[in-house]
Parts: sequence; C-alpha cells; structure tokens
Amino acid sequence: MLQQVQPNLVTTGPAVEAIDLVKEFDATRAVDGVSLTVPAGSIYGLLGPNGAGKTTILRILLGIIDPSSGTRRVLGRERPLEAAGEIGYLPEERGLYPAMYAREAIAFMGALRGLTLREARRRADSLLKEHGLGDWAKKPIRTLSKGMAQTVQLLGSIIHRPRLIVLDEPFSGLDAINQARLEELIRSEARNGATIIFSTHVIAHAERLCERVAIIAKGKVAFDGRVDEARARLRPIVRLRTRERGGAWRSAIPADARTEGDTLVFELPGSGPEPLLKALIDGGAGIESLAIERPGLHEAFVAIAGEAAAAAMGEEKPQ
Amino acid sequence: MKRFLRGAFVIARRDFSATVLSKTFLFFLIGPLFPLLIGGVFAGVSASGPPRSEQPVVAVIASPSEFARLSAAREHLADALDEGTVVELVPFAPEGDLARQAKGLLGSADPPVRAVLTGGIVEPRLTGSVHHNGSTVRQMQLIVAEARTGEPKPVHVDVTSVEGSPVLLANERAITAKIGQFLLFFLTILLSGMLLSQLIEEKSNKIIEVIAAAVPIDALFVGKLFAMLAASVVGLIVWTSAGAALVASLNPGGLSSVPAPAVGWPTFLALAIAYFGMNYLLFGSVFLTIGAQASTAREVQTLSMPATFGQVLIFGFAAATIGAPDSTAALAAAIFPLSSPMAMFARAAESPELWPHFIALAWQAVWVALILRLGAGLFRRTVLKSGPARPLWRLRKA
Repeated sequence: MLQQVQPNLVTTGPAVEAIDLVKEFDATRAVDGVSLTVPAGSIYGLLGPNGAGKTTILRILLGIIDPSSGTRRVLGRERPLEAAGEIGYLPEERGLYPAMYAREAIAFMGALRGLTLREARRRADSLLKEHGLGDWAKKPIRTLSKGMAQTVQLLGSIIHRPRLIVLDEPFSGLDAINQARLEELIRSEARNGATIIFSTHVIAHAERLCERVAIIAKGKVAFDGRVDEARARLRPIVRLRTRERGGAWRSAIPADARTEGDTLVFELPGSGPEPLLKALIDGGAGIESLAIERPGLHEAFVAIAGEAAAAAMGEEKPQ
Repeated sequence: MKRFLRGAFVIARRDFSATVLSKTFLFFLIGPLFPLLIGGVFAGVSASGPPRSEQPVVAVIASPSEFARLSAAREHLADALDEGTVVELVPFAPEGDLARQAKGLLGSADPPVRAVLTGGIVEPRLTGSVHHNGSTVRQMQLIVAEARTGEPKPVHVDVTSVEGSPVLLANERAITAKIGQFLLFFLTILLSGMLLSQLIEEKSNKIIEVIAAAVPIDALFVGKLFAMLAASVVGLIVWTSAGAALVASLNPGGLSSVPAPAVGWPTFLALAIAYFGMNYLLFGSVFLTIGAQASTAREVQTLSMPATFGQVLIFGFAAATIGAPDSTAALAAAIFPLSSPMAMFARAAESPELWPHFIALAWQAVWVALILRLGAGLFRRTVLKSGPARPLWRLRKA
C-alpha cells in the first residue's frame, strides 16, 4: 500500500465543517439544514439510502455546487476550490477519457490538482506498479475492465497525496477482493494522516471503517457522531432461555419482551444486568442461557433513520 | 489567478493533444483538399466539352499583300486592347468559286471560322455568324480602315502619373476589404463550430465531476477554447503553407494582384492574425456556452444550424459596412462584439489609422472574457445544478 508522507499536515481543527447547509433543486429540497463536523485525520462515513442527499452534500463540500444557504469550511477555507490541491475526489459516477492511457489518465488528474506533468507521470507509474497495473500503464482506458478503470480513477484521486479524500460510494461495483483492497487503502491513507470522507449505503463498510458517521435521511442529518455513540443510543438486547415458563422471576422481564421460539428477547433494563440476574435466580427461572448483545450499527441505523430507510439500505449487501 | 491559469493550461494541453494527436485530425487537415479535388474534377469535365467563349476567327480570302496590311492593322488593335479580345485573322488564297469557298470555310471545325472576309480592303464583305453592330464587325471595320490608310502616325500625349483618384483607390481597397473579411468569416465558420460539441465528451464520460472539483469551471471553458484555437492554428499553418505554395505555382503575382490595403500589407497581415484570433474566440466562446447546455450529440447537431445562420447574419452585417468605414453602420458593426473583428479587419483595408484597432482588440478581449464568464455561470447553474435556472429551450423536465 501507499507509503507516503503527508506534507504540511495540519491536525488542529476539523477538516470539514458544514453549518446548516440547504440545497434546493427547483421545488425539491435535497439537503435540508445539514450541519457536520469531520475531525482531521478521521475516517468519516456518510450513511444513508439512495436519494438521501449524500452525493449532494459531498458536491457542496467539494465546491462543485454552491448551497442555497448555509456555510462550509474545508481544510480551513470557505471556498473549497482554493484547497483543491489538497483534496482528492472519487465521484459516484466514475469518469475517465476512454482514449487516454491509464498512466496519462492518472497523471491528468494529478496535474489538475497542481502536480507538474512530469511528476504526475512518475507517480502514476509508481502507483500503477504498486497496485498490480504496471502492465496496463500504456493501455487505453477503454481496454481496461470496470474494476481496473475504477482503480485507475481511485489512484488518480490520491496521486497528489491529498489531506482530504472524498469518496462517493467507493465500494459500488467492486467485487469482494477489490472491496477488501479498497478498505485497506482507506485505512492506509488514514494512517498516513489523511482525512477520509466516504458515502455508502452499505452499513457494514461504515461499521468496519468509520470512527464517526453521519446518518442521512431525507436530506437531513439524523445522527452525527462516533459509531459507538450511535450504538449507545440503543439499549443492549437480552436473549434469555429458561427451564421455567412462569414464576416470580417474570416480574423482572419488561412488558414489551417478545418471544422468538423458546427465547425471550428484550432490552436490558436501565438498572443493568446485575439486578436482572439476581431477580432471575431468586425467582427460580432456571436459566439455560442468557446473552447480552450490544446493538450493531444496523440496529442503530434502523432506530435513528427508521425502517423505511433501512429497507432502502438493504438493496446492496457487502461482499 | 495562478491556479486558474494552471487549470486552464492543463485542460488546454489535454484537449489539444487529444485533438491534434488523433487520427481524425489528419482528415481535418486534408479536409480542404476535397473541395479542390471536386473543383479539379469539374474543371476537367468542363474543359473536355466545347469551349464557352473563344477568340472569333475570321477567314480572310485575299492576296498575301492585302492580308499583310490587314494583319498589321490587327496587331495595332491588339496592342491597344487585350489580345484575347481581338479577332484572329487566318489567310486563305482565293479559289475559283469564292462563294463556295466561303461556305466551305464557314463549315470548317479547324479553325472554327466565325466569318469570312472577301473583297479585300477595297470592297470588304463579311459573311458568317455575325451581327451588323456586333464586336467582330466593328473590329473588322477598324482593321480594314487602318489597312486602307496604312500605319497611323503616333500622336504624343503628355502623361502625368498619379497613384489614383480617391474614389478609385477606395473602390480598390474595398475589394481587399471584401476578400479579407470573407476569408476571416469563412475560416471562423469552418473552425469555430467544433466548439459546440466540446463539453459533450466530459459530460457523457462523467469526468466533468472530477474536473469541476479540481478547477474553476471558467478555467475549463478557457482551456477548451484556447485548445481548439491552437488546433485550428495548426490547421491554418498547414493550409496556408500549402495554399501559398499553390498560389505561387499558379499565380506568380501573388498578393500584388490584390489592391494594397490602407494600413499596408505587413500590418494588414498582423491584424489578420489578431482578428482571426478574436473572431474565433468570440464565436467560440458563444458556441461553447451554447454547446455546454446540450446534453447529447443530437442536441448539438440541432443547434449547429441556427448557430451557422447566426454567423452568416453577423457576417452580412459586417460586410454591409464595406465602402463606408466611417459610417454609423460601420461604427455599430465595430462596437457589436461578434461583428467587431470582421468590421475592423475590413476597416484596416480601407482606412490607414491604427489606433482604432488597438481599442477594438481590447474591446473584443473584454467581451470574450464576459461571454466565457456568462457561459461558465450558466453551466454551473443549469448543468451542475448549482442554481435554479434551466436551459431556455427545455420547457419541461426530461
């Protein structure tokens, strides 16, 4: 993976701040009062179903479009294009010139971000070799497979060693092997000090990679914070199987507990596990098994964004 | 500004390389050969048919001495007039039956005899396909008259040479203005239309997102415009070199056969380059702006015809001012940005002042910048959806 030094790395202050962003397209409000803070050096996920407004938020943060109202500050600049040389971007809809050689395509993206063509070509050669595409450096993009072309574009977005990397649905269309490689690349860039923002509608990716997430639903931020904070919004789930069906111990079980086969499933009461255990033992429940499960991001997402959003997220499963 | 220029340069370099290094650019370069080839084919076809106009041939049935006098008189006439317009005389010795001989000559294909002169210079009689007051008859009257009286005495005429009357000079320069202006228009209409489709590739490839996130849209527009100008200049250099060689081989007189422009040839040619650049940039920026709104090649094709007619209309406006460089119409054509380069180039042929050209070039440059700014703004709003506006011709959502 990339072994690179981040020049002029500034770790003080957030990499991205957005305050009350609103974006309207004709009569549609695609982004509705979004406020975000992305700490420098973090891996930050924008999580939400298709059409939630993730791409529009990213395009506003990158300066591709201006918000209808609200402000954003990216790497300390209110005009994101002023920091373009320090930002890498992989758009959701991948785009490359089909007739361009792979090496030239990467170098072109580096030159757009301020590298000299000579240096960009040198780095492009190095990156292609590093990622097993050295033999394809002088082949036109149109002759590359979809996965290869996607890798070329990804390499083009990091060739200039950006401080902030924005990836819009980066796992979309990749097979399991390439998804794993991309995850490792993201971790590697973060280890080197870069801030990563990526959008996804696959919860597992966000859960594996992100320290912080923003859950976006209908153009609004339903949650913005650490992944464990999102989980902490839900109480742990207790799964209990007993020999006895009735008895005094039943009074310790919440009224909304549900039954799955011969197992009782309910939220851990606010008093914690010890009083529950004591009540079960003293009440003669005859505990056969008891598990206290910490909720995952999926459960947190369902609780925060709602069942409908979760159903929309379930369209694509991680590989 | 540095970031803007660097971005524009990166875009321009990519577009220029992609254009000039493509196989299709070879066809672009040899494109002007096609009309030349077609012209050559038509010229060959017309040369193989009967000649449209020819020097009238008059068969002269006369004694050698009489023919010699007629021939001398004819040479005097040819000296005063254009050789090609004076009748050609071919001698024939009298045979027994003159009427029969004349009839036979009139049926001759080689030479193709227009008329037969009999009766010598004393009682001349012209028989043939001629009219009483036609050119052939009138020329023969002069030739016979001189042949009768002998060589005329030359009369001395005092000659004072002047460069030409102001009216004549203005008329001659107007010819140069028309030729120059038409060339400017023709080259621009030929080359700038390509800019209509310049953003289709980026939009269809989705690479526009990558570019828009890295450089200002204004830089994208400037880069594309100058890349195509540079590619066009490459084409012009090739065509001009080939054309100059062709002209030199066909017409050794070259530019000397065209009336000299008022500012002189070196300045006129320098202005030709400057005004071609400005004309290209002005029309190119308009076409880039319009083409950027189109989302498919079909839309671009639909737009190209009105764009061409618009150019023709503006050319007509500029052309109408030739001959009156100081008129209100000429001033209006010089002020209106899109007609300004053509109007001012014509002015360079007709009027010797140079200062208006500096002002005009600066004025045109300002408008190029304004149109590009407008185009980039429209692109941001309507294509990148950075605002509420929609393309004017899209009344409904797609």
